[in-house]
Amino acid sequence: MVLANAVEPKQSSSPLLEVSNLTKIFGSGKDQVVAVDEISFEIQPGEILSLLGESGSGKTTTARMLLRLSAPTQGEIFFEGQDVNAVKSVDYWKRVQAIFQDPFSSFNSFYSVHSFLGKAFRLTNNHNSAADKRARMEEAMEKVGLNAEELLFKRPHELSGGQRQRLMLARALLIGPDLLIADEPTSMIDASSRVGILNMLMDLSRQHGMSIMFITHDIGLAYYTSERLLIMNEGKIVEEGTAEQVVEHPTHPYTKRLLDDVPRLRRKWDI
Amino acid sequence: MKNLLKTQDLKAYYRLVDGTDIRAVDGVTLDLRPNEVLGIAGESGCGKSTLASVMSLTHNPPLRVIDGDVTANGSNLLTMPTEQVRQKIKGRYISIVPQGAMNALNPTQRVRNFAIDMLREHFPEMKKDEAIDLAAARIDELGLPRRVLNNYPHELSGGMKQRTTIVLSTLLDPKILIADEPTSALDVSSQKSVISLLLALLKDEIITSIAFITHELPLLRQIATRIAIMYAGKLVELGTMEEIIFEPLHPYTEALMSTMLVPERHVREQRIQSIAGVPPDLKAPPKGCRFHPRCPKRLPVCSTEEPPAKEVGDRTVWCWLMQ
Repeated sequence: MVLANAVEPKQSSSPLLEVSNLTKIFGSGKDQVVAVDEISFEIQPGEILSLLGESGSGKTTTARMLLRLSAPTQGEIFFEGQDVNAVKSVDYWKRVQAIFQDPFSSFNSFYSVHSFLGKAFRLTNNHNSAADKRARMEEAMEKVGLNAEELLFKRPHELSGGQRQRLMLARALLIGPDLLIADEPTSMIDASSRVGILNMLMDLSRQHGMSIMFITHDIGLAYYTSERLLIMNEGKIVEEGTAEQVVEHPTHPYTKRLLDDVPRLRRKWDI
Repeated sequence: MKNLLKTQDLKAYYRLVDGTDIRAVDGVTLDLRPNEVLGIAGESGCGKSTLASVMSLTHNPPLRVIDGDVTANGSNLLTMPTEQVRQKIKGRYISIVPQGAMNALNPTQRVRNFAIDMLREHFPEMKKDEAIDLAAARIDELGLPRRVLNNYPHELSGGMKQRTTIVLSTLLDPKILIADEPTSALDVSSQKSVISLLLALLKDEIITSIAFITHELPLLRQIATRIAIMYAGKLVELGTMEEIIFEPLHPYTEALMSTMLVPERHVREQRIQSIAGVPPDLKAPPKGCRFHPRCPKRLPVCSTEEPPAKEVGDRTVWCWLMQ
């Protein structure tokens, strides 16, 4: 189990996840919408990267396909070289987990934190004693900066947005994925706590060799956390490169416009 | 200094059924001057939206004004008869675009019907055609496409809906526009178009001043003249945009500034520290300076006595370190 032993990021040359010509089309005929248009990319083990785009760019549709919550119209996804369609979903979800934008809608409001986290053991086939499970839950909560003693028997409405978001992460850690897909993980959280959550995610990635893909429209977030950025517009990946390259020397007109429109501290808009 | 609107020691609390108060705005003195964009910034729950609703006289129970004044041209708006406020102040002198206003457009009505309703509320004699002409003229002036009047809200993009809402809320040429998070939930490009519209309203002298409420300081860097930083119901620092953004004096302003993630070199050069702890419970805020439990620079006095306002040049700072 990944959670138990901290490892250095693996330095292997084969990608963890490989996406090839992935396409998603909604509707048909003249109402047809190509939400994702033949995109290809790779995620290396232990890597943090961002899929960056505005609303309607197709980034969340891509995330849903990566999570196998939505079937691609065309194209393939390989996990450790294997076509994901050959893997049972449940086994896939042990390796690939997600945290979402709205931490409230991810919870059943009748379940306490304890039963919410307990459900995660279904995926790990952990038949250990209740005491062992409890210890693991507490360990995971501790790791994400939650006080287990105080919160374990609270219900979602008694938690703040930041706490709920951390709890989602604690659940993901119990499962110990190799890839975490974080879809706008901090958009409901204040600027001051946002950095705290991002730092934690970056630390966890380093400690456990877990890859993270941020799905976001927040260029500042992507630039702060990621080694690599993929810029998505109208279903296509229009630019790809290291965070420095893309932000400092954008080449695609769309990326240039996006970077021009981001409010900055050291530059004033020309309007 | 001349001002359009001033709050003096304003206290506005949410009174719960059990009699406890949530002290959302707790002694705020602030003035809005002609020809400026005043940014009001802080974390969620700091009282900035509550302040906006009292400044625009749109507050409703359980929110009550406990103490203090809101004055315009020397008259106290809080004691003015309701009918007079409705006829002369709301929409005519002060207009507010509340948070999420763009989603409040009636989904079953064309935008033009909303404009007609609003104008005839103030001018019952006005004909429908006149109302539409008035709205169309303003839309042309500000460079929006005229078709929005014939559209239903769902036919407009988020940015266009927000711009339409702003145009409609300034149709009666109010002096003051209070905009509460007008750009949150919008893409960066739509954000910029909303900001351009606000600046056009000032430039064309349709409105005189804007109070812009947000938690995004990089946006205020783009449009604000002055910035007020709020924490737990109180102001901690009030100064020019340049002072607040580039030379913050209050430890909270400094911490808040440092957590802003912008795509600029300094963000990647080192690990950014978040502000430890959480904002206090406004039912029972801490004694002394409200930021002291989280403040890295606190002095013994900070936990016992409230810091008085200290003028530093043109700005005001509420911090014991400045004394």
